Amino acid sequence: MTAAIVADGVRKRYGDIQAVDGVSLHIEAGEFYGILGPNGAGKTTTLEILEGVREPDEGRIELFGESPWPRNPRLLKRIGVQFQASSFFDKLTTRETICLFASFYRVGVRQADAMLERVGLTEFGEVPADKLSGGQAQRLSIACGLVHDPEIVFLDEPTAGLDPQARRNLWDLLRDVNAEGRTLVLTTHYLDEAEMLCDRVSVMEKGRVLKTGAPAALVRELDDMVRVSVESGLVKAETLRGLLAAAGVENAVVEDDGITLSIATHSPGPVLSVLADRRALRSLEVRGATLEDVFLQLTGREYRA
Amino acid sequence: MSIDETSAETAGTAAADREKPAGKAGPGRRGPVKDRRLNPIRELARAMILSVLRDKGTIFFLMVFPILFLMLFGSLFKSGGTSHIKVAQVGEVQVLDSLTGAQRDQLSKAATITRVKSESAALEKVREGDYDAVVEQDGDTVVLRYSVSDSVKGASARATLNAVLEQANLAATGMPAKYTLKASQVEDESVKPIQYLTPGLLGFAIATSAVFSTALTLVTLRRKKILQRMQLSPIRPWEVVAARISMTMLMALTQTALFLAVATLPYFGLRLTGNWWLVVPLVVCGTLALMSLGLLIGSVTNTEESAGGLAQLLVLPMSLLSGSFFSLDSAPEWVRAISYVMPLHYLVEGGESVLSRGGGVLDVLPTMGGMLAFAAVVTALTLRFFKWNEG
Repeated sequence: MTAAIVADGVRKRYGDIQAVDGVSLHIEAGEFYGILGPNGAGKTTTLEILEGVREPDEGRIELFGESPWPRNPRLLKRIGVQFQASSFFDKLTTRETICLFASFYRVGVRQADAMLERVGLTEFGEVPADKLSGGQAQRLSIACGLVHDPEIVFLDEPTAGLDPQARRNLWDLLRDVNAEGRTLVLTTHYLDEAEMLCDRVSVMEKGRVLKTGAPAALVRELDDMVRVSVESGLVKAETLRGLLAAAGVENAVVEDDGITLSIATHSPGPVLSVLADRRALRSLEVRGATLEDVFLQLTGREYRA
Repeated sequence: MSIDETSAETAGTAAADREKPAGKAGPGRRGPVKDRRLNPIRELARAMILSVLRDKGTIFFLMVFPILFLMLFGSLFKSGGTSHIKVAQVGEVQVLDSLTGAQRDQLSKAATITRVKSESAALEKVREGDYDAVVEQDGDTVVLRYSVSDSVKGASARATLNAVLEQANLAATGMPAKYTLKASQVEDESVKPIQYLTPGLLGFAIATSAVFSTALTLVTLRRKKILQRMQLSPIRPWEVVAARISMTMLMALTQTALFLAVATLPYFGLRLTGNWWLVVPLVVCGTLALMSLGLLIGSVTNTEESAGGLAQLLVLPMSLLSGSFFSLDSAPEWVRAISYVMPLHYLVEGGESVLSRGGGVLDVLPTMGGMLAFAAVVTALTLRFFKWNEG
């Protein structure tokens, strides 16, 4: 496999804020790659540096072996960018919008129409783009980024603010796009999204990459941490800690947020039997670790998007 | 939500198959189907024009409002100019009746003399405004009576008759006439308001559209990240500029056509002189100069509000000082000195010259050159401030 994107030691500072602090990435052609982290982690700046919108203070970036900075028109034909859904011209219809973006790449009308069909917006062709629903606008935005048949597609938080149904529709679309052999790079602050879509993710915080790997592998590295949760108020967190210690369960993290009492542990068996003894099993849920737990372990704090 | 559900399960291959008729077989390859390629300059200019045409507020502000201004001012100042006077003659008036040939022709250019039977009827008609004055003879005295309600026309009638009488007096002395009356309409030599209102308000209209809409569009495109989106496509910067210039030019030339159409209506009475078509290259150069100011404002501001404020701060005083609303002929020297650095001043002055004062190519060539130079200097300055994105 050849590398589609290579970044090495990239840094970018805005005034006092070190937005990107030594990021290195190696993204293979055809990969679906996620850059994951809470707001302010430096994801968007990293993405913009990869795209060639911003010049890094330090470090080297190569897309197909070429530097995206300064503006490199040859490279620009091979990459597609999805922007926030608000980046449309005023007063243009859906079809006029995609034709406009198509013209930037000297693409034809038929290809633009085909792309509109592809994202299921043909019947909304004559609707003003600013009257589309959130999900439709986001699909139009992706269509505008795909219309010239790019090899790398950059997506900046494509599902932010969408309802669950629209999110799932968009995920299906993105998986399709990736399955055609395109390299996708996506930033997201939704851990479930990264887990569902990405081949590999880089978890970012404060401008640094904390960890990179396949979501499943990252979770597995957590050594099968399991989360057990029951309704709050059945047993006090303090009491439970004592009981678990007495039952020989070590390293269990007990938290009560007033709604749910949750226990993160490596040995769910004894935890469940302690809870059963106290008849505290109402609304019982047991689930394996997620990227959220990976984040918790990496940063020592709860993940807050 | 109507993204087709089948694509979820059948994933890649099915999707790729579906795309084939449209000429897409996979990333980076093009199919054999012929497809008309879209031209970025045309599409972008079209998009910009459509966003103006579909916004009623903008259309009114940029296109209708200045025309209303022209109609309003044109009507207000219309009565300010004198025109042909109508005089009622009662009974015999020897000096007038004896005029012959060339002298009669001269008089009829300035006044129409109609015979009316009774004096009281004639006076009534003057009061009603049907005639401007009544003339009759009482012995050796020629009596002229006119209404005070239109003193301009009254004075005009008096002056005309005076000239005729002097000539007659001279003739009565038996000497050959040394001087002859050459009556002609006053407005042919002096400036009628519509003559400076048309180029003046047209300049104001073009300044508004070129400065405001250029500045606001630039800020909006940057704020909505469309500029950054363009930066990430292979479109060349000059193509973006060309699109914007074509759009602004189209607007300015439409405004010019509208202004000339309205001003030359008989009611407003603008009469175009020989080289009036020179207004087209003049407007093109002026628009470029004003547009460069819009680009500068759009580049140094970050919000629509500040761009609009700055544009207003520039356009209104510039219009006032460039003679858009009133002639600067009687303005103090320092006001005129300020107006010499404003591109609008040259557009207005040049427009007046070619539209109705018979100005030719040589009169406006330096003006056009100056405006182009202004555009070049301001654009060079703009490049120092221009930014693709906000951060």
